[in-house]
Amino acid sequence: MIARLKTLAAAAVLAAALGIGGGAGNAVAATGSAEIPSRDWSFDGVFGAFDRAALQRGFQVYQEVCASCHALSYVAYRHLDALGYNEAEIKAIAAAAEVEDGPNDEGEMFMRPGKPSDRFVSPFPNEQAARAANGGAYPPDLALIVKARANGANYAHALLVGYVDAPADVKIPDGMYYNASFPGHQIAMPQPLNADGVEYGDGTPASIAQQAEDVVTFLAWASEPEMEERKTAGVMVILFLLVFTGLLYASKRKIWADVH
Amino acid sequence: MAETQQGETRRDFLYIATAAVGAVGAGSAIWPLIDQMNPAADVLALSSIEFDLSTVEPGMAVTVKWRGKPVFVRYRTPEEITSAEAVPLDELPDPQTDASRVQEAKYLILVGVCTHLGCVPLGQKASDPRGDYGGWFCPCHGSHYDTSGRIRKGPAPLNLFVPAYEFVSDTTVRIG
Amino acid sequence: MAAKFDNAIVRWIDHRLPIFSFMHHELHEYPTPKNLSYWWNFGSLAGIALVIMIVTGITLAMHYTPHVDYAFDSVERIMRDVNYGWLIRYLHTNGGSFFFIVVYIHIFRGMYYGSYKAPRELLWMLGVVILLLMMATAFMGYVLPWGQMSFWGATVITNLFSAIPVVGQSIVTWLWGGFSVDNATLNRFYSLHYLLPFVIVGVVILHMVALHRFGSNNPLGVDVKSAKDQIPFHPYYTIKDAFGLGVFLIFFSAFVFFAPNYLGHPDNYIQANPLVTPAHIVPEWYFLPFYAVLRAVPDKLGGVLLMFGSIAVLFILPWLDRSPVRSGQFRPIFKIFFWIIVLDSVLLTYLGGKPAEGGYVIAARFATAYYFMHFLIILPALSIFETPKPLPKSISEPVIGGGGGFAGATAAPKENVR
Repeated sequence: MIARLKTLAAAAVLAAALGIGGGAGNAVAATGSAEIPSRDWSFDGVFGAFDRAALQRGFQVYQEVCASCHALSYVAYRHLDALGYNEAEIKAIAAAAEVEDGPNDEGEMFMRPGKPSDRFVSPFPNEQAARAANGGAYPPDLALIVKARANGANYAHALLVGYVDAPADVKIPDGMYYNASFPGHQIAMPQPLNADGVEYGDGTPASIAQQAEDVVTFLAWASEPEMEERKTAGVMVILFLLVFTGLLYASKRKIWADVH
Repeated sequence: MAETQQGETRRDFLYIATAAVGAVGAGSAIWPLIDQMNPAADVLALSSIEFDLSTVEPGMAVTVKWRGKPVFVRYRTPEEITSAEAVPLDELPDPQTDASRVQEAKYLILVGVCTHLGCVPLGQKASDPRGDYGGWFCPCHGSHYDTSGRIRKGPAPLNLFVPAYEFVSDTTVRIG
Repeated sequence: MAAKFDNAIVRWIDHRLPIFSFMHHELHEYPTPKNLSYWWNFGSLAGIALVIMIVTGITLAMHYTPHVDYAFDSVERIMRDVNYGWLIRYLHTNGGSFFFIVVYIHIFRGMYYGSYKAPRELLWMLGVVILLLMMATAFMGYVLPWGQMSFWGATVITNLFSAIPVVGQSIVTWLWGGFSVDNATLNRFYSLHYLLPFVIVGVVILHMVALHRFGSNNPLGVDVKSAKDQIPFHPYYTIKDAFGLGVFLIFFSAFVFFAPNYLGHPDNYIQANPLVTPAHIVPEWYFLPFYAVLRAVPDKLGGVLLMFGSIAVLFILPWLDRSPVRSGQFRPIFKIFFWIIVLDSVLLTYLGGKPAEGGYVIAARFATAYYFMHFLIILPALSIFETPKPLPKSISEPVIGGGGGFAGATAAPKENVR
């Protein structure tokens, strides 16, 4: 019994080592960053799943607000079926975009309406063009933004609602804006969301916080489109392993019964 | 004695159950490793294409790329249709009526890969040789196809394949 | 030696190619001490982790493109479009971490129970070679997704070699195949990342050959004296290893399915940008203790030498610890120092992930100094001054027989034990 307790204690030390080591990478705080409040998200937890209505509203916010500056590479229009859109709706969404294709028989590149198999069309042809159009600042690609920031969903939400008046002693240079949640508090992006800046089809009041919540849900999906499938599979796998390991333990006990 | 036997049975059952559950687990674990070699979602998304027939004029042929292969779309003239329909089936190495190879008689849609050894037959451009039967001619080993894309002469064993397709509207066809 | 087989085909083959005899001998008959604890599970777990890494790695290679313009993209395509691509990639990334966890536990087990002592010195040294190869493989594998941490990790670590006097910069240029980490670097890292795991397999086979020469050490650290001390490997340890594997897979799955990026770094989901360095470059957690040693030294060459020294010291461990008693169970003072070095390693891991400033650097210096002190001073001193507890006569009679004496150095090859 004592030996077993010792084993447990040793295992705990190693687990702590792992925890510290793993957390260390993520725990590095950028200087000048603010406390990011934790929120409850529909996709949190072992059984968490994306709220479909929020996904569709968030997609609307992305399309109407973010898409004019921020690309969403790696996401294709056909992926939108995960948001609950049907084939005809996806075709219509894709067709609204202009896609460069070619060369045609004359050797020219040409524009055509988007197809579901196309990836989201970026607002700028390259990073230089994006910078030139945005006063030197590069609007980051949003396809992975929630995975590419520590505490991504909470951070993105805090940033979107973080536009407040600068404290009196802080001078903000031209072309920069004050944001309570952005590291260093000076951000090149003007406040993107405005109350009733979009009109939701389902009648949800479009407050800034609501839009932020919706668009972050959408971006969390864009970062991890496999999340629901992954968690469902994970529950099955772990239940299976618990049963299997239990059987293995029983077998082990039986086989070892005659060893003294 | 009876007790021992019962004990043995119970033990055997445990081992068999453990092995069976383990086999199920191993099988499920292997499936993703096999399935990853199947066409991915982006490949499948390109497995059907839509083509606008309004750009094709009578007598003209257009080649579209579908699943990495050429698809021949030919707007057949009335004479080509008549000559295709008039051929008696017993003259054909691979007997098929013309009607069974088209949905709308004027549009002939074929996978442009010779059924012999996979070359792309000539006959799409006006300047191309079209073989002895006015359809296509495969330059690799001399197979002649008629205006229905059926093999008439040469080593190819089968007619040019007709891909699965449907008319989405009067002028739009979805191939695949 | 040749076993009897019932099946005629098996007999026919075995007569010409004694593969079945070999398997029977090494797995079924292979006599193993009967008192191995669960700490002895981690060797076979490491082997299974290696297999998981190779299988998932080969399947990922079917979809990955080693080119600076397409690498990041192809990884995202694996995550989004390839059937079960997300599962295979998360198994591979987390598999790397779990491989290191298992191997680190395996190493500490060997240190506690004196598994490196005669006659198992080469077995231990081959293990250290495996660790080095794993580190090289993991480092190059981390570069492949071509995220920000991939790029800057590669830049920082390859620059270590510039500390070598005179030829340093030429070596770095040679490693890069250019004047910075670029496409040529990515391609060669991919090539070597594919090759090295099979080199590891080769060294693992040697590790097994060396192990089977004298058989496993055991928690008592005394040699096997008679058949009473032993049981056949199969079925006793096959089922025990299988149970251990089940437990391992539960922990592993928890990470793969529910926290797949916990052990990773968010910056690696930003595509590599040679013009922007992330605010804090941290290696993967399993490199953090070594990274802490590197940064603890204010001198560039000194830091690099000390970092490599922290592994080199493991090579000579069998000759630093001269105590004739293997198991820490019978070494009351060693036991305390063992747990201190475990805590010291944990501390170094923690410090490696902190910014190199202020108190963290000071702490890292003390922790580094202690690390080397443990191996170079404490262990040799303990060999002289420590009085071990009396050893049991044998595994079967763990009753203190009063000065049972030591039997380690006279161990005979296991073939002669029967």
